[in-house]
Amino acid sequence: MSTARYILLVVALTAVLLALAVACLLWGSVDIDAAAVWQIIAGNGSGNRAWDIIVLESRLPMIATAALAGAALSVAGLLLQTTFNNPLAGPSILGVSTGAGLGVAIVLLALGGTIGSDMDTSLSGYIATLTGALLGAGAVLALLMFFSTLVKSSTMLLIIGILVSYLASSVISLLNSVATEEGLHSYVAWGFGSFQGVGNDHLALFAGIIVTALVAAALMVKPLNALLLGTRYARNLGVNTDRARNLLLLITGILTAVVTAFCGPIGFLGLVVPHIARLMLNTGNHNRLLPVTIITGAAIALLCSLLSALSPYGIIPINAITPIIGVPIIIYVLLARK
Amino acid sequence: MLLTTHNLAVGYGRGKHRTTLLSGLNLSLAPGEMVALLGKNGVGKSTLLRALTLSTPPHDGTITIDGQDASTLSPRQLSRLIGLVATTRAIAGALTVEEIVALGRQPHTGLLGRLDSHDRDIVNKAMTDADIAHKAHNNIQDLSDGERQKAMIARALAQETPIIILDEPTAFLDVASRIETMQLLHSLAHEHNKAVLLSSHDIAQSLMLADRLWLITRDRQLIADTPERITASGAMNRVFDNPAITFSPTLHDYLLQSSSH
Repeated sequence: MSTARYILLVVALTAVLLALAVACLLWGSVDIDAAAVWQIIAGNGSGNRAWDIIVLESRLPMIATAALAGAALSVAGLLLQTTFNNPLAGPSILGVSTGAGLGVAIVLLALGGTIGSDMDTSLSGYIATLTGALLGAGAVLALLMFFSTLVKSSTMLLIIGILVSYLASSVISLLNSVATEEGLHSYVAWGFGSFQGVGNDHLALFAGIIVTALVAAALMVKPLNALLLGTRYARNLGVNTDRARNLLLLITGILTAVVTAFCGPIGFLGLVVPHIARLMLNTGNHNRLLPVTIITGAAIALLCSLLSALSPYGIIPINAITPIIGVPIIIYVLLARK
Repeated sequence: MLLTTHNLAVGYGRGKHRTTLLSGLNLSLAPGEMVALLGKNGVGKSTLLRALTLSTPPHDGTITIDGQDASTLSPRQLSRLIGLVATTRAIAGALTVEEIVALGRQPHTGLLGRLDSHDRDIVNKAMTDADIAHKAHNNIQDLSDGERQKAMIARALAQETPIIILDEPTAFLDVASRIETMQLLHSLAHEHNKAVLLSSHDIAQSLMLADRLWLITRDRQLIADTPERITASGAMNRVFDNPAITFSPTLHDYLLQSSSH
């Protein structure tokens, strides 16, 4: 693809992203007049206090959360696919999300049930769930790294990831059975996946961590490209492959853990978006793949969010929508591979 | 000398499971020469190349590259001294030939790997020298085995290293591509003053084009000499286990002697 066409694609995708953001602002489970929305955004207020609160304290932070979470999970998927040289790698399929989920479950369920739940929106509560998620994701990534030194086949590693995922799910179920009712309630609500949970209070923390990790990922573009040729060539090109791999997994762990802690275990985005980016660009070159993955990830998360809010039957969980978008694309990618 | 080894021992495994394949190696590689490493499968050719590219640590002895002890060189310093063409046939990632060759500039570019016009010129020249410029915008996966090998050689050229080491570069190629690839490597040594070291099973081409041979015998002795002297010494008959397989100096290749002779 020529540079001109690439720039055109980036501009077009950014336009789609902005259009989806505007759509999320205008349409939601509560009908608000478009003119009123503009008045509220402009800072004039609509005269309807409830509408003001919905737009400023629900829709706006939700849009920012969805875009950041979509970008974060998609980049996590891209880094995992390159690091493990496996097109089917992704934070949910390799069990990284489930590991983060287990960490959250331990915090939500074992520690009484109110910490970090919708009943407790304190910063310390969020930091507790975040720490749990980071430790859980880190544990799974460490386990995957260990197994990747033992098994050379990438399919085997994928199966190990799925097995680790089952193991974590089973521990979560065991925790559920001994949990208090409040703990169970907040855990189940968290498990549906939602971009509503961050809110204006914690958006700065959420955005700060994700943007930092995305910048770190952008600085890894050079070793990522070298790794496309395999570790032996990457080493010959001067890449310290062990260090690069550890850094990439650290970035992946942080991105996955932050999103999982705040939004729940959101599946498929991380696996699917890098493939959509590759199909559009027709290249594996991370110089182009990374920016397009970020924009596309943000846009698709907003689309999911819009669909979830537009349902006439009340808000649909995000995790009920992502597979509908993701599965057909993954099947297409599998069939297109020779 | 660009590369020398002193009392080098190479092998695989570590600790108790360590197996040394070749030892006491005192080898040298000079600019402008093409050296072919010959020997039967499993005798230690790839293991030796892995040690010389510092992919695996040697079991004993030292490697000196460009006057420096190789074990003290950083990955980045090393990447400016030795370019590698590995046996791997499949290259993951949908990259064009130009993108693959451009990766060869990584040892010379900054943190983000951006190429300036000087880098672009070198990438283009490398593709021209390796005779693959006409496929610059093709996806590497759509190339024939021979073209893919040329692209990987162009990548090593773009790296601008004084030494190029190739692990069985002609393994998957048909006869025509094999001859072309060997001619290309020969011209890189002689016209671009590179030190080219390659392992090969292609006896006839190696005898014809290599300046020197590193011949590993079946009892794991490495004989380094010119093709003429090695063939004259009868060392070519010390390579394979089967005594019926003998070297024919006129054919420049091995033949199975029938027992009726």
